[in-house]
Amino acid sequence: MAGDDHHNHHHDHNHSELSETQLRVRALETVLTEKGYVDPAALDLLIETYEKKVGPRNGARVVARAWVDQAYRARLLKDATPAIAEVGYAGRQGEHIVALENTPKLHNIVVCTLCSCYPWPVLGLPPVWYKSAPYRSRAVADPRGVLGDFGVTLPADTEIRIWDSTAEIRYLVLPMRPADTDGWSEERLAELVTRDSMIGTGLPKEPKDLK
Amino acid sequence: MTDGAQDMGGVKGFGPVEPEPNEPVFHREWERRAFALTLAMGKPGGWNLDMSRSARENRPNNEYLSMSYYQIWLAGLETLMKEGNLISEDEIEAQQSLYPPKSLPVLSSADVEKTLHQRGPTERIVRAPARFKPGDRVRMRTINPPTHTRLPRYVCGHTAVVERVIGYHVFPDSNAIDKGEDPQWLYTVVFDGRELWGPAAQAGTKVSIDAWEPYMETI
Repeated sequence: MAGDDHHNHHHDHNHSELSETQLRVRALETVLTEKGYVDPAALDLLIETYEKKVGPRNGARVVARAWVDQAYRARLLKDATPAIAEVGYAGRQGEHIVALENTPKLHNIVVCTLCSCYPWPVLGLPPVWYKSAPYRSRAVADPRGVLGDFGVTLPADTEIRIWDSTAEIRYLVLPMRPADTDGWSEERLAELVTRDSMIGTGLPKEPKDLK
Repeated sequence: MTDGAQDMGGVKGFGPVEPEPNEPVFHREWERRAFALTLAMGKPGGWNLDMSRSARENRPNNEYLSMSYYQIWLAGLETLMKEGNLISEDEIEAQQSLYPPKSLPVLSSADVEKTLHQRGPTERIVRAPARFKPGDRVRMRTINPPTHTRLPRYVCGHTAVVERVIGYHVFPDSNAIDKGEDPQWLYTVVFDGRELWGPAAQAGTKVSIDAWEPYMETI
């Protein structure tokens, strides 16, 4: 949206506003800590968890496993929440996960037009663009245009399905396995899986993209 | 509310999506703290997810559209804390606690991992039969509640096909305004792009939402 930092932080007129926010957050934390409502060590741990531990590498492991293990793939597509828990990921904003299988005929894209719903345990916190007005407004009406913003062009006859996450169901796209990866290990395949390919705004990397 | 600034599906004029290569999880230190404060205050605050969403979106459109994401989170958190008399504006301005605290449960660092792994599912014990089944054609109601809803404006009045019966889930329209969970059947319903956007819609495009039964009517 218009106020997003990364759009504005080059503009001087926003600096004072941002430092105002910064001061306000500091004041809030001070008061809440004084009152004993928050434990600053818990805040540090929450930040560390979502900055360092929970992120799209989790989802990449799930996707790579589904690419090599047909039984796992079937479990993932049937009921993703327990299948993802098998790999060790569960929790907040991932209570009811559904995996969406991309095929040569069907491409899935996930959006939350009303806010920013996103499968945290497998993808971490959403990027700014996912939460932005351009994506939230256009994904449902102009999916090919949005894909174009990401440099992705799909064949004209590929059906596109946009999933608007209006409830507590969280969606994870299972992209197609890239060609020329026969015999690859799960770990190596996971390196091909990008965050955007699990949202549907991107495709996995190809073997030539890895050094 | 339907039609608020947060209800963005299909709105024109916001420009292109601008992905940021190698984007960091947070862009500024205060975003880290605002995020963590919001999560941590859920425990002493006792509000539910629907109340949090409602507090974030329930502000004038020009404010909503000019604030960054974590500024909106922060504003939502302040609203909830002030409504719950946990903090007051004079305390924020003074940067110190001016009134005695309430005795409330607090999220300790020892509990963080367990709390994050704890699932907060929204599925409830079924107390009524589902009115719709996969394949049914339905129309989305046109409703305009002044309070929180998860029915986006762009589907109101449009016809869809029920694809999946998801389950019996907490109803945000009720839960957000502290009127109880009032669980309802939840469905995935699919719209043809042309139904939503007219003949100029991109061919071969379908859109689905997850809709609670009170959002739907038989045709």
